[in-house]
Amino acid sequence: MFAFTVRRIAQAILVMLVISFIGFSIKHSFGDPVRELVGERVTPQERSEIREKLGLNDPFFIQYGRFLKSAVHGDLGRSFFFKKPVTEVILAKAPATLELVFCASLIVIGLSVPMGIYAAIHPKRLLSRLILGISIVGVSMPVFLTAILLIYIFSVELGWLPSFGRGETVRLFGFWDSGLLTWDGLRHLIMPSIALSSIMLPLFIRLIRSEMMEVLETEYVKFAWAKGLKPRRVWYVHAFKNTLLPVITVGGVQLGIMVAFTILTETVFQWQGMGAMFIESVSRADTALMVSYIVVVGFIFVVVNTMVDLIYGLVNPTVRIAGRK
Amino acid sequence: MAFLRKIQRSDFVYYFFRDPIAYISFGILLVLFVGAFAAPLIAPHNPYDPTTIDIMDSELPPVWASEGSARFLLGTDDMGRDMLSTMLYGMRISILIGLGAVLLQATIGIVVGLLSGYIKKLDAILMRIADVQLSFSTYMIAIFIGATFQMMFGVANYEKIAAPLLILIIGLAEWPQYARTVRASVLAERRKEYIEAARIIGLSRLRIMWRHILPNTLSPVLVISTVQVANAIMSEAALSFLGLGMPQNKPSLGSLITSGFEYIFSGTWWITIFPGILLVVLILVINLLGDWIRDYLNPKLYKG
Amino acid sequence: MDKLLAINNLNVDFTLRSTTLRAVNNVSLSVDKGERLGIVGESGAGKSVLGFSIINLISKPGRIASGSVLFQGEEISSYSYEQMRQIRGNRISMIFQDPMMTLNPVLTIGDQMRETINAHASMSATDVNAICLEKLRKVYIPSPEKRLDQYPHEFSGGMRQRIIIAISLLTNPSLIIADEPTTALDVTIQAEIMDLLLELCETEHMGLILITHDLAVVSQVTQRIAVMYAGSIVELGATEELITNPQHPYTRGLLGALPQRASGDGRLNQIPGVMPGLAKIPEGCSFRNRCSLAADICLTKPLLERKSSGNQVACHMVK
Repeated sequence: MFAFTVRRIAQAILVMLVISFIGFSIKHSFGDPVRELVGERVTPQERSEIREKLGLNDPFFIQYGRFLKSAVHGDLGRSFFFKKPVTEVILAKAPATLELVFCASLIVIGLSVPMGIYAAIHPKRLLSRLILGISIVGVSMPVFLTAILLIYIFSVELGWLPSFGRGETVRLFGFWDSGLLTWDGLRHLIMPSIALSSIMLPLFIRLIRSEMMEVLETEYVKFAWAKGLKPRRVWYVHAFKNTLLPVITVGGVQLGIMVAFTILTETVFQWQGMGAMFIESVSRADTALMVSYIVVVGFIFVVVNTMVDLIYGLVNPTVRIAGRK
Repeated sequence: MAFLRKIQRSDFVYYFFRDPIAYISFGILLVLFVGAFAAPLIAPHNPYDPTTIDIMDSELPPVWASEGSARFLLGTDDMGRDMLSTMLYGMRISILIGLGAVLLQATIGIVVGLLSGYIKKLDAILMRIADVQLSFSTYMIAIFIGATFQMMFGVANYEKIAAPLLILIIGLAEWPQYARTVRASVLAERRKEYIEAARIIGLSRLRIMWRHILPNTLSPVLVISTVQVANAIMSEAALSFLGLGMPQNKPSLGSLITSGFEYIFSGTWWITIFPGILLVVLILVINLLGDWIRDYLNPKLYKG
Repeated sequence: MDKLLAINNLNVDFTLRSTTLRAVNNVSLSVDKGERLGIVGESGAGKSVLGFSIINLISKPGRIASGSVLFQGEEISSYSYEQMRQIRGNRISMIFQDPMMTLNPVLTIGDQMRETINAHASMSATDVNAICLEKLRKVYIPSPEKRLDQYPHEFSGGMRQRIIIAISLLTNPSLIIADEPTTALDVTIQAEIMDLLLELCETEHMGLILITHDLAVVSQVTQRIAVMYAGSIVELGATEELITNPQHPYTRGLLGALPQRASGDGRLNQIPGVMPGLAKIPEGCSFRNRCSLAADICLTKPLLERKSSGNQVACHMVK
């Protein structure tokens, strides 16, 4: 297990290096650090002086090394639009995105597990067919369209729910603006969470169902039936425990991928999170902020993937024992 | 005739016509394709011709609403374009980009898959790239590439060459699916004895890969292709929604939905909802057909 | 002697694509208390389906079409799900073919043993553990106390099959159905497992149905043998008689194909052709296409009848 952990973390670091390299290359080619620092009104002469002072005329790899070093210390440059260090901007926006992903994950896990199991156990029943039918429609529905439909029905036509923004938030620990603690904040969370979960929920249902159906066909499940076990025991202990392994690997990664879909959801609902910030930074050509977003999200993905693999190692006795030796 | 009879008797046709979901989906897809590609012939208006568009006609509701006009069956959009015609032209763009992107990803993916399945040294590097890209989600990669391109070319130039760029973006983002599938079947195939035999005869690696291994990997490639087309169309729509896709004067279904979104709050729902429905139906029937083909080629699941 | 199990005119159908295939065709069999019966046939002959149909656990889309299964005087083929569940693993246990696939990889051996007892009886945890240990000792698993907390992948194939046998003994069943219990094992271990099964059946007075394609194995363990071909029993009788004096052309062919019985010219006898798939079984005698004795009368289906040898044979040509 120790060797496995070390190998997995080494891999994660390598991937982070690659991401930071790509990020830096983009910044190096398109960004203009002088503008980020002093704005656009400087003479060409002042400009070249600043360039020299900032070391922008140094060879590419020396600059990359500098970028890496300050990145490790949490300094990813300055946003010219916000006139602030990008880390500050991203940290201020992160709680909104993370709370959204968290709520959507709760919806996905809470609904997909019972629905997937049910559809696997009773494949011929009407309800299973209904679940599957709805989930294939769900898979075929772009997230932003789901979001638009929700807004049209619940905000425009019925007027039940607010269509944009986070509503009333409460500041926690001095930096975390939470919408989870006020009634207004929760009301604002409902539609964005549903929209965000709408893409993963059908995928999870189909994943759990197909994995579970495969497990139900195995010899050891057949043996469990032959032992005269009660159906609950066979389904929820023998079959589901084995379904969990592949579901954790694929599912963990998929939950990380939800961060990608926050770009779409946040844009529709004008949710002041990292995703909306990214699209704004693209249209404002705020290179430093855009690149930092790529690096930060890359970091989140790598951490999630690594953790999923390590958890998989803990849950799966085969990996665990192999590591112990 | 003999060929026709063979088709008629084959399992494929038998199961196809026994499954209403399969043939109804196929029928709808056929209608949509014909509608899209015959758009210049059957569409009542030409949305690309500014001389036929009158801004006075803008935001007219569909024909069954009280203020609807008989000239515009599904109403008009904010610029006064006929919704039905614009949707047909838009669907053509969506489908073309989808097919083009899949062609590109399949080409990249098959080459990478063959290489990494057959040459051990390349395997580790190529598959790691594929893994990383998949773990980031192809959407994210597409958005990143799109954002970078937009910065590279500038918004105005980007819009001019948006269609080929979108094919390139989606192709570059989604090839790993193919690479993985092809690699897996290459690994399964190369263990078989006929490959051993071909090597002993002294055939070159290239020839073995091209003539012997590649044909055997095609059926899984076919299975994922249908779903990949649906994914590519979805990716295009998402990029267009974020302003990284087709411009408003040459809209795809995605950019049509986007342009209608602003008007939804004033109750002008049809500019968004009609293209939305068309997009969902298009993707849905492709997905349903893809599922059906997968089940058909995987008989173990079919019997269950 | 008391009948432990009596199967009468059992038919098992698989419905595929609008056609119905008969995997078990009009089979009648019985097992006495403590008797060991072998069911022999090629793969696809329907012997496994027959074994599973006794506890009504046929893979879908198979189902019992007609016939009766009497177990200790009870008609169990019409039992409800819950009634059947109380028989499975309790009064009738099964042993599966591949021990590497039969145990659940994510549950410990102890879990998989205890749950079997708990499904059929309510006992204190200490009693349950005591039974588990006792049965593990019976199948000669060394230091069973430590073994209970281990996972299946920590055992070799032979050890796993012993554990599976121990599981099948937990509830003191009166009948064990063993479906090719040694096919997936190494030859040296095969003999050990067979000896163990034989020993346990004798000491515990259990009935055994041994399903196998291996005539050599079956002749060492069982008292009677049923030979199956394409879903039907073609010959049924005492092991000794059937092995030394086979009557049905198919049985003769099978025995002729055994190396130790080959005639002097050094070549094994082969039965020409292959067993037809379920969809292509010929009308009348299902063996007639491969039979050297086939005649016009073979177009009608022969019944399983007692012949002069004392065994029951389904063949018009055998007197």
